[in-house]
Amino acid sequence: MTTIATPLTQTGAHAHTPSARVRRRLTSHGASLIAIVIALLWTTPTFGLFLSSFRPEDQIKQTGWWTFFADPQLTLENYQSVLFGTSSSSGQMASFLINSLVITIPSVLFPVALAVFAAYALSWLDFRGRDWIYIGIFALQVVPLQMALVPLLSFFSQGVELFGVTVLPAWDLEGPARFIQVWFAHTCFALPLGVFLLHNFMSELPGSLIEAARVDGATHGKILRTIVFPLVVPAIAALGIFQFLWVWNDLLVALIFAGGTADSAPMTVRLAQMAGTRGNEWQRLTAGAFVSIIVPLIVFLSAQRYFVRGLLAGGIKG
Amino acid sequence: MPAPRETPHLMDLNFDFAAESPKLVQLLLGVVAFCAFIGLMLLLLDRAPMRQKARLHAFILLAPALILLGIGLVIPGIRTTLLSFMNGDSSSWVGLENYSWMFTQPEALTVLRNTLIWVLLVPLLVTAIGLVYAVVVDNTRFEALAKSLVFLPMAISFVGAGIIWRFVYAYRPEESDQIGLLNQIVVLFGGTPQQWLLDPPINTLFLIIVMVWIQAGFATVVLSAAIKSIPSEIVEAARLDGATPVQMFFRVTIPAIRPAVIVVLVTQSIGTLKLFDIVRTMTGGQFDTSVIANEMYNQAFRYGETGKGAALAVFLFVLVTPIVVYQVRNLRQNRQA
Repeated sequence: MTTIATPLTQTGAHAHTPSARVRRRLTSHGASLIAIVIALLWTTPTFGLFLSSFRPEDQIKQTGWWTFFADPQLTLENYQSVLFGTSSSSGQMASFLINSLVITIPSVLFPVALAVFAAYALSWLDFRGRDWIYIGIFALQVVPLQMALVPLLSFFSQGVELFGVTVLPAWDLEGPARFIQVWFAHTCFALPLGVFLLHNFMSELPGSLIEAARVDGATHGKILRTIVFPLVVPAIAALGIFQFLWVWNDLLVALIFAGGTADSAPMTVRLAQMAGTRGNEWQRLTAGAFVSIIVPLIVFLSAQRYFVRGLLAGGIKG
Repeated sequence: MPAPRETPHLMDLNFDFAAESPKLVQLLLGVVAFCAFIGLMLLLLDRAPMRQKARLHAFILLAPALILLGIGLVIPGIRTTLLSFMNGDSSSWVGLENYSWMFTQPEALTVLRNTLIWVLLVPLLVTAIGLVYAVVVDNTRFEALAKSLVFLPMAISFVGAGIIWRFVYAYRPEESDQIGLLNQIVVLFGGTPQQWLLDPPINTLFLIIVMVWIQAGFATVVLSAAIKSIPSEIVEAARLDGATPVQMFFRVTIPAIRPAVIVVLVTQSIGTLKLFDIVRTMTGGQFDTSVIANEMYNQAFRYGETGKGAALAVFLFVLVTPIVVYQVRNLRQNRQA
């Protein structure tokens, strides 16, 4: 490149003529304008919701949130009623918030841990069929959730029957035990991407490191705990954040496996219900939506670095 | 049925935290049981004799993941394929009836048409907006902040985003004050307020805007990283050559980041094909806005038409597979290059 660049320096001088400078400034003004318009379009809707969630009910329903600046009135009543209200028309969001947490924590922990084990075996153990197993897990990323929903639900509710013989009984989970089937579903669905991502990172560790530990007589358990695990913590963090956002924001899996009541359904299910049946109760919808948004937003902002790294490494799930 | 309007007094707010404790106990039990399981696995791993052919170790490490994948994805995938050739309650075989329903009945064709509109528009708009934004904020003083602002919607659930945008699209009759931003702008310019989500096929476009809003940040981040990795000699040479910013964009930037553009297009296509939440939250699939994933849910879980739902899921699988295969080949070529 340098050989081409040298003769071009001559022509480059023309870029500094007055007309070129004006032209460049104009386009940079145009560029700034585009940037500002996009940034505004991308933030205003969220801001409007956020501001509205603090406005009194009658104001939300009668005037736009932009009139707030002419007549500022704030209240926390919307949050109180949507979180802690006990009447059926209020949100009961606190209950669903707890459900979201109870669903999300194990649904992140389980698949990430199992994926670490599987990825280690596929990266550093030598056994027959290794490549085929890896390709198989990798290929499962193709299977949309939708393919698994009906049979998995009947697996939980009816068990497995082969030629009239009950191989596995129905799980028949009630009450809080129902969370188990949500954890199970999320764990299964997260494994292909998890194994793929972690395998990408683990297989690039220097082989001499693992070899040296084995010569020293370390077991695979020890190598995994003391050498591999500390080195792939960034990848685990990326995967963990992905999975957290995915589970916290999921609606489909929750609708099918967690049901629709305050016993086990997460916030997304409740919000979707409220949007359907109380689509004009904006004082509750705005506050409720904001409660559900704020948790992943905090996680996301505090760990954006890992998230971006994960994205760039190909961690997409749909 | 309109809910009785009550102003919450402190009396109503006696939220019973004790009633929530069984959930937390369940959480604790689940996590402790899992940790015990992991501990057991590690113990077995340490006890298993070390040999060159580590078949026993591999079995211990892989078995949990493989069993779960089998129960959760492989067997259900096969069963769904079989179910798609059966009737609504899976009691008898119907051949290709569900598939012929999908490709001939008007309501199903509307679903397919909508999915087509989505999968054509979303990847294009997301990539275009993300690319333009990444270029215009590149190397400016506010780059980090500007990118975060557009990236933030990635953290918001589709349900939350659906509510945010339903609020933007909110409609009030002409004579009263508008509470939705879009209708306010329309009124400001002398128009009449519209019910944006009611009239097909234009309402699908208003749903697509929501998806684009969520995903543009993803495109911005991926494409911005690609732009930054363009060798500076190329940029410098073009600049010295007197290339205008527009020429730079089309002649230098785009060809250099082509692989990243393809990654964005492909991942967006896959995500869009499986889209469910936005449609479900904003219109519930009414007013001719349903898409495959939403219709699959409705057929299988609301109307009890398991066969039709399964056929839609299989069709989704068939649509997604070639895109993923293409993506994998693409990734591999990039790695080798």
